[in-house]
Amino acid sequence: MTKQILFLQGNDVCVEAAIYAGVNFFAGYPITPATEIVERLAEQLPRKGGKFIQMEDEIASMCAIIGASLTGMKSMTATSGPGFSLKQEAIGYAVMAEIPCVIVNVQRGGPSTGMPTCVSQGDVMQARWGTHGDHAIITMTASNHQDVFATTVEAFNLAETYRTPVILLFDEVIGHMRERLIMPEPGEIPLIERLRTSVKEGTDYHPYLPRDDGRLPMSDFGGVHRFNVTGLVHDMWGFPSNNPNIAHGLMRHLVDKIENHVSEIAKVKEYYLDDADGILISYGSPARSARHVVENRRKRGIRLGLLELQTLWPFPAEKVRDLCSKAKYILVVELNMGQIMQEVKKAVEDPGKVFLANKIDGTFISPTDIRNIIRLIQGKGV
Amino acid sequence: MNPKTDILSLPEEELVHPGSRACSGCGLSIVYRIALKALGKDSILVVPPSCLTVLQGLYPIASTKLPSLNVTFASTAAAATGVLAALKVLKREHTTVAAWAGDGGTADIGIQALSGACERGEDFIFICYDNEAYMNTGVQRSGTTPQGALTTTTPFSGKLQVSKDVPAIMAAHGVEYIATASASYPLDLFDKVSKAKGFQGVKYLHVHTPCPSGWGFEPQDTVKIGRLAVETGLYDLYEIEHAKRKLTGPSKRLLKKERLPITEYFKTQSRFKGLSKSQMAKIQKQVDEKWEAYANS
Repeated sequence: MTKQILFLQGNDVCVEAAIYAGVNFFAGYPITPATEIVERLAEQLPRKGGKFIQMEDEIASMCAIIGASLTGMKSMTATSGPGFSLKQEAIGYAVMAEIPCVIVNVQRGGPSTGMPTCVSQGDVMQARWGTHGDHAIITMTASNHQDVFATTVEAFNLAETYRTPVILLFDEVIGHMRERLIMPEPGEIPLIERLRTSVKEGTDYHPYLPRDDGRLPMSDFGGVHRFNVTGLVHDMWGFPSNNPNIAHGLMRHLVDKIENHVSEIAKVKEYYLDDADGILISYGSPARSARHVVENRRKRGIRLGLLELQTLWPFPAEKVRDLCSKAKYILVVELNMGQIMQEVKKAVEDPGKVFLANKIDGTFISPTDIRNIIRLIQGKGV
Repeated sequence: MNPKTDILSLPEEELVHPGSRACSGCGLSIVYRIALKALGKDSILVVPPSCLTVLQGLYPIASTKLPSLNVTFASTAAAATGVLAALKVLKREHTTVAAWAGDGGTADIGIQALSGACERGEDFIFICYDNEAYMNTGVQRSGTTPQGALTTTTPFSGKLQVSKDVPAIMAAHGVEYIATASASYPLDLFDKVSKAKGFQGVKYLHVHTPCPSGWGFEPQDTVKIGRLAVETGLYDLYEIEHAKRKLTGPSKRLLKKERLPITEYFKTQSRFKGLSKSQMAKIQKQVDEKWEAYANS
């Protein structure tokens, strides 16, 4: 059977993947460069029997997907920097109340209004720590449209598995670039539905009592079980509590359910790492330039490798340490002032061999830019 | 009562640099230029993300000669509140503060800050230029998009809901002076902005602003389309002064005249091409009832 081949921009691919994953509720607000996601879903979702709502602002969009997800829908919103900032309180609420949802942030130049039509990866740390309080979060990214598709589906799977908000951190280049997508067949990528409780109506259901494996079976809100949902620290019934033991247990559960599963959650792509003297670490659109450099150097027999991160949070620190243990130098390629470079420095044995190739002017980083930095690291002139 | 401004008595001084970064036929270009003349030199603008930031922010093309604070989307009236408070402390209360937002920045994401400012009685002029959708991001529906209008987020049969009546919301706040105006009646707009400066607290102006690229009409028809909205009785020009509403100018004259059928307005714009005859008849009935109520009040 011939596969369907589409030529789309990344934002459209994200929509196609969300529909493949079974999204049936979307709430959003127009913002450059994520608007195409909103527009395409406005057209596609009603056709598939889903519900699309354009809300009155960014906060409302985030809160609407929380309400819809809790009540039983696969839910998603999409935004960019300023909107992502506005959503932060509600993202924390979704962490605390353990509500599965997917938030797409097509990054643009920041801070504030920044450069709405330009590329950036400045929201990496905001995705990790944007909402207040200790918490764990899952954040993923992709460098090409096939991966945008797979990663978006994976984001829904992880959200439903771990009952957590998952952030898809794309960037303007990925969002607006057009390239080929080989549309996966139905069933080709496995879909994971949320665990629903087997507790019958009329029997006590504890919405916040984790099973031994840390997972919490859900019951569609307003359905057969009556329970309370709050952003306050809560007991197994979902009722607020100031009991230090309950608070401690809840905080540990919220963090451990993700941090204890880093090896299952975190994904990387490895290119020529086995014998690499120098390793580039990159993610999102800059990984395209990095890969180009690596392929090019390899043709000349230069032992360069690329470690492409697909999961940013939880950060795959152990994997990075293991894969980079033999490298003479590590060059992190990203479009910010070193947000992932700092994580790499923390992960590796010798932070002194970690360098940064970046751009923060709204333009894309080219293979030549990266090659020039490599020459500088090697003490050669540019 | 002050004599009405005519084209000869309109101040000559321009507060906008020459040139334009707007789309051809942009109604906002008219509104912006005329309202700044009325606000005068001793004014500060507070503007959220909108088409206006594109139009006014690109020095030296079409930028403003006034100090302009481009704030975040949800915060126009809040930032204006801060500017006003500082002016008061610094004894520079002679300066007019004008908060100026699009329909999204007023009726949707901006309404909380605006409502708060009205309740506190902040002494600024709030101008909403209403082009009836999010035009800067490429035509998505807003709270003031009219029923039946096609946008990129209402792509099937147009927007289902009726538009949000922001002047009525302002009236419910007890705002002393509220006026509606139109890009197609610039002198009326000038007089209303000038008049607003004489009131205390928030003064609210709602300005109907035709948008060729968003509404789907030829750029040379901007003024014609704005006039048709008034002449068909769909968009009314009025003032609400101390809670009393009175129709003004061309809308007032409509009370004694035959109104054009609304289809005359709808047929000029591609955004209404999804409206069925029965939907139009329903809207015509609503408009007729509204005008009957005007005649009886």
